[in-house]
Parts: sequence; structure tokens; C-alpha cells
Amino acid sequence: MALSLLYDDEVLERLERLELPFNRLGVDPYGVTKRHLALAFSLTKGLYRNYFGVSVQGAGNVPARGRAMLIGNHSGGVAIDGLMVILSMFWELDPPRLAQGMVEKFLNRVAFASLFSNRTGQFTGLPEHCVRLLEDERLLMVFPEGARGTAKLYRERHSLVNFGTGFLRLALKARAPIVPFAFLGGGEAFPTVWNSQTLGRLVGAPYVPITAYLAPIPLPVSMEVYYGEPLRFPGDGDEDDPVIQAWVDQVKDRIRDMIAEGCRRRGVTPALGDGGGR
Amino acid sequence: MKVLIPGISGVIGRIVARDLLEHGHEVIGIDRRPWEAAPKSVEMHDTDIRKRAAEEVFRRVRPDAVVHLATVTHLVAATEERYRINLGGTRAVFEHARTYGVKQCLFVGRHTYYGAGPDTPLYHSEEDPPMAVTTFPELADLVAADLYATTALWRAPQLTTCVLRMTYTLGPTGHGTLSTFLRGRRVPGVLGFDPLFQYMHEEDAASAIVLALEEGLRGVFNVAGPSPVPLSLLVEAAGRRFVPLPEALLLRLFGRFGLPRLPPGALSHIKYPVVIDDKLFRQATGFAPRVDETQCITEFLEAFPPRA
Repeated sequence: MALSLLYDDEVLERLERLELPFNRLGVDPYGVTKRHLALAFSLTKGLYRNYFGVSVQGAGNVPARGRAMLIGNHSGGVAIDGLMVILSMFWELDPPRLAQGMVEKFLNRVAFASLFSNRTGQFTGLPEHCVRLLEDERLLMVFPEGARGTAKLYRERHSLVNFGTGFLRLALKARAPIVPFAFLGGGEAFPTVWNSQTLGRLVGAPYVPITAYLAPIPLPVSMEVYYGEPLRFPGDGDEDDPVIQAWVDQVKDRIRDMIAEGCRRRGVTPALGDGGGR
Repeated sequence: MKVLIPGISGVIGRIVARDLLEHGHEVIGIDRRPWEAAPKSVEMHDTDIRKRAAEEVFRRVRPDAVVHLATVTHLVAATEERYRINLGGTRAVFEHARTYGVKQCLFVGRHTYYGAGPDTPLYHSEEDPPMAVTTFPELADLVAADLYATTALWRAPQLTTCVLRMTYTLGPTGHGTLSTFLRGRRVPGVLGFDPLFQYMHEEDAASAIVLALEEGLRGVFNVAGPSPVPLSLLVEAAGRRFVPLPEALLLRLFGRFGLPRLPPGALSHIKYPVVIDDKLFRQATGFAPRVDETQCITEFLEAFPPRA
């Protein structure tokens, strides 16, 4: 097929080392295909390496194999942060791993977005998906801020909005370690000044972020991802809400610290406390 | 054991009958459709399962087990008739089974029970609700028959009831919903969507039924074969051309230009996947499909090459 002309050799070499149970047709049990991964990683390589020049620290904190949950902050008005985290797991780990995000519900209703997200292992954020993928020893990527997190405006870019607690219960039930990460630069790359719900309704999304320069194109800003040491909590997911909430706060504090650390390194002032957008 | 098979003349029924005979069981069939090449040892009854003559078979034969295969899909029968066959027939089977001391009753249902939609999880467990009634109303009678059979688990505790929710079949017979969909030279899809399809070889489907029967399985089980395959890949591997069309256009084209006639609800089933988790069945029976996803397609392609 003509699309294979776009495949990057380095991508193909790394794909061979990806530890997913592909069948003879190059499809894994979730419908992730080598074809779509090859295309996705080839097309985004330049974005990751040059346009954003993503720098990654602490990738070694992510388990080389077996179940784990990447938990971090949303940064930037569209899911560029998620994409860059997936790319960092593919490019920086040896062997590479496929991070599988828990996607907003609307995406699966949108033509092509549905197709491409499904073929690359990015499924709707349902608890059933979360549990099954962890039990299958996959690497999950969850942004507990959800759509409220991508709705952060430019001035709120270093803040954290409310974390859901579902992810922690599911991690405890599956006995999966939580790898906290801080993402920096998405807010600068995509400086949202306003979120339009009217436009959102038109395209079937919760909202459409509007930048200061109107065009929904991210700026070439350097991005950073910091992966922290895995966190484990002594529970089985059946604890009362206050207990779970306290552990969620610990995860959130850890991420806030890592964001502050990153800000210092970038020479910017982090926002203290929780931001708006709730 | 003495096994009565309503719906024996269908493709799966015939293979199940053959397998049961090979395993040394006695086979009695009920079907209005003829089976000319039926083995001599199979006692055939040309009657409708809802008729008195069928009850007479139960009374006289006193089968040990019943494998209920006499259900139809929207491709075969119109709505009213379908309700009579699927719901009325299933009711008759379970009532006669209770009345005439049958020990084991096996209902063969379909995995489409779970329905396809944007918000449904990729792998369905047996506990998932039957969303098909909302996404695809033409499946409501099959869902009802499935649930009715399931109630036998508590209504008739002395009867070992087993409900199997099986995936599509694909193989050399070209029989079934998926094969029918794949028959033409071009196979339509919805532009921007490419759902996973789960299927198993006819021989494996029959083996699973025989296995469930011989193991005396009780309860509700999903039965699947190899892991699912995206529709576009499946179509290409079957030597057909995948033609994705915009949803609105596709709805108008159904039944024309050689495209299959499908109710609007069917669209959700070529937009979103219905994939089932068969872990419980494999654990309970040790079942493993013998034909993999590629071989199923190859055998279908050899039997039904696309017409030039």
C-alpha cells in the first residue's frame, strides 16, 4: 500500500521489539495493528524530535514490562500532551512500550478519530477497559483531570484541577503501580484564551479551545516530561472514599512538586495551589 | 445419550449431528427444512417446533438432552414471523423439556446480543446487559429468546440449562450473517470507522456445542474463536473490495447496487465492534479453536471466490 512509503525505518525496527501479541495479520487482541502504529509513529517522529523537541527524564521509572498506570497533568488545549507521553514511551524505553490512553467518550463517535484511536490502542475511558488492559499487563495512561484539565487556560497552565478518584481504585484493584508524571510546555504550545462550547457542539466535542492567534495549531515550544518513581498504596480498592481521596491527594502532590521542579528548571514561576477551570 | 436437535438442517445443526454420532450418541432432528443427505441413523421429523407433532416427538423419544438451534435472524425472516419462531419456539422447547424429563437443554444464542455502540466496552463479559435492543431493534427477539432461555436456570432447576452466546461463523459453507455480508465483490463500510469482527470456523462452533453438552455445562457462556480482526482487513483477506461510504449515503444505498439489504440498526454493527470475552467457557471446558482467523478467511475465499 502507498501509505507504507511513509514508514520510517527506525520506527519499523522499534515496532518489532514492541512486546504486544500480534497475530499473523499484524493485529493484537484489541485490534491494535502494526500498520497503524507504524504510520502514527512515523508521522509524529518529527513532531516529537524536532518541532517540540520533547525532553524526557526518569523514563527508567516506568516498569519495563507488566501492568502500570501513568498518571499526570493535562497541559495544552488539545491532547498533544497525551500524544507526546505515548511517543516518549515508544522512543525512550528499551524495549519500547505502547502507552494506552483512556480517551474522552466523544472521540469514538467521530469518524476517522474513532478508527485511528482504536487501531492504536487508545480506547474510551471506561472502567472495563482500564481493568482489562491492566490485567493484560498493559501500560495505561490516565489524566485524572479529564476534560477539565485540557480546558485550562494559558494563565492556568501550571495548575492542577480536581483529580477524579476512579483511577486509584482501579489501580489498587489491579495491584498496578502508579507512575506519576509532570508534563510541561503544552500550555505554551497551545495557549488557550477561551474555550468555545458552541464550536464544540458543532464537531461533537465538549468544547473547542481558541488560541490567541485563532488557528488551532500548536506553537513550536520545547516540551518536557518528568517521570517519577512508582507509587504503591497498601489497599485493595475497597477502602472508603476519604482513604482513597487521601492517596489521590498524595499522587496529586507528587505531580505538583514535579511540575514546580520543572518550572524552576525552565525558569518560570509555577502557579501555587489549584487552578481554575472547575 | 439421546440428543434432540430442533433446527438440525441448518449448517451448524448438521455438523453437530455428525459430531454427536461420531461420539456414539443417538440423534433425533426436528426441522421443516429438508436434510436429504442426513445419515440413516438420524431420526428426522418434518415439523414445526411449536406444533403438537413436535411435542409428540418429545413424548415418544424422551431425549436426554436438547440442542436448540431453531432460531433465525432478520436476514432470514420478517419481524412477526421471527418473533413467533424465536420466542415461541424457544418457549416450546423449554416447556417440553420440563414436561418430558429432559435432563439437559442447550440454547445457542448470538454474541450480537450485547449490541454495538460508541460507549460499550470492547470485550463483553456474560454479565453485560443486552444493549442490542436499543442499537439494533431487529435483534430484540433474539435477545428476548436468550433471556427467556436464561430464566430456565431458576425456573427449572432440575434442568441443566446452558446458554451459549456464539460469535459469527466463517468458513467454507458461506452460511451465517457475516458470510452473507461478505458474499459480494464489494463490501460496504462506514467511512471513518473500521470495527473489529469476531468469528469462528463452523467446525469449531459445532465442537464447542458438543463439548458444552458432554461436559454438562450449566449457565451462560460466551463462545469465541480466534481473536477479532478489523473489518477492512477481513474484507481484503477475503479477496473483496472494502468500500467505505459516508454514513448518510450508505443508509440510502442499502438494498441497491448489489449491496445487502440491511435495516438501519445494522449500521451500528459495521461502525462499532461487538467483541466477547470467552474466558469462562474456555476455563469450564478447556475449549480451544482449531482454525485460526486467517484459515477461516482462506476457506471461505476458496469456497466463494469473488465473481469477476
